[in-house]
Amino acid sequence: MVLSATSIPSDFFPIAIQFFAALGFVGTTIVVTHLVGPKRYSKKKMESFECGVESQGNARIPFSIKYFLVAILFVLFDVEVIFMYPWAVNFKTLGVQGLLEMMLFLGLFLVGFIYIIKKGALKWE
Amino acid sequence: MLAVLIYKLILVFAILGISLVVAMYSTYAERKVAAFMQDRLGPNRAGPFGLLQPLADGVKMFMKEEIIPSVSNQTLFIIGPCIAMTTSLMTSAVIPWSSDLSINGTSYPLQVTDVNIGILYLFGVVSIGVYGIMIGGWASNNKFSLLGALRASSQMISYEIAMGLAIIALVMMTGTLSLREIVEQQPGGHWNILYQPIGFIIFIVCAFAECNRTPFDLAECETELVGGYHTEYSSMKLGFYLFAEYVNMFISSAIISTLYFGGYNFPFMHELGLSPNMLALLGGLVFFAKIFFFIFFFMWIRWTIPRFRYDQLMNLGWKGLLPIALGNIALTGLVMWLTGKIN
Repeated sequence: MVLSATSIPSDFFPIAIQFFAALGFVGTTIVVTHLVGPKRYSKKKMESFECGVESQGNARIPFSIKYFLVAILFVLFDVEVIFMYPWAVNFKTLGVQGLLEMMLFLGLFLVGFIYIIKKGALKWE
Repeated sequence: MLAVLIYKLILVFAILGISLVVAMYSTYAERKVAAFMQDRLGPNRAGPFGLLQPLADGVKMFMKEEIIPSVSNQTLFIIGPCIAMTTSLMTSAVIPWSSDLSINGTSYPLQVTDVNIGILYLFGVVSIGVYGIMIGGWASNNKFSLLGALRASSQMISYEIAMGLAIIALVMMTGTLSLREIVEQQPGGHWNILYQPIGFIIFIVCAFAECNRTPFDLAECETELVGGYHTEYSSMKLGFYLFAEYVNMFISSAIISTLYFGGYNFPFMHELGLSPNMLALLGGLVFFAKIFFFIFFFMWIRWTIPRFRYDQLMNLGWKGLLPIALGNIALTGLVMWLTGKIN
């Protein structure tokens, strides 16, 4: 069984309409607030906020490697999740064999998952 | 062809209008619900029962001065909230609001478009929403904003995995990614929640995390990060971030109702003997009743459960929900095998 709902490129055309409508709303609002609001320039006001004290240096600072690790792991795991979508759609036609094959895939998925946990990649302190 | 185009245009504008109005009145409802739970009155000055409060807030947002910090990256600073708002308005395109209306022999589907990859479309658009927060937080060039954006984006991507896995168990049962067909497979009271209770719990927890709602609102944790990723924002650009959150809440409630609570189906709908048009209207109303219940549920949780600590949040996402979601897939497969749904 292929995807059961038939789909042709023109089905996606209304999405384009919605995109331009949303973009139109956002663009108009941004321009209108820019024109309507008061503009009183002062050097102090345009400084970045730091709890009332003078801001120290720049915010382009190194941050915790944990966030980077989470992002990398997300890419890995999300790709594996996406692999499972076509399988899930065709699950009923693939039958028991499909189920067993996916269990094998999930087993490998779990091995990788246990490995990163044992490595301490998700340890937050 | 032209008639179809005009109809689609009207439908798109109607749905965008409804999302915006619901989001506006969600801000009012949130304050009224909070007031009710804390034994206060809530907004009651603008109009009868304070009903004009959202309008007053909107006008105020328009009239405020917009401040773009001199050290910020100016183009990205403006693009950030625009992405957040646009993506939140895009997701409503694939939601079936009710069954088809037929007037003079022509049928008018109450859904902008029924694509066969509806669920994948939703995931795609929701993932782009992360960029709005990340770009806005980084472009502000403020330490609080940067930390808030980092927290928000790594929280959102972490919970996206468990969310995807929760849906896979549902797709195994339905065999389709089209939201319209998923709703059609739940006639009357045979809702998916009866077959997928674990999947539903995982999904709703992830929906809270994706919307940055309490107890997962670490991105804008006032006591630590001032305002989180929108610390530097003012005027309508701040309004966009706050508004996008409420539109997202509306859309998540709609998706929860569609996937697990039968969408526009309700028990005994075919025993009433109503004409298809009446049934479509009534179904639409029932669908909105379900959505409003879930919006209320979001607010209820907000005033019930305190905020998590960041390590607790990450542990729940990766070490709690992800293995449970994997187990749920295996369990669904096994039960379907044992009950003879597959062979």
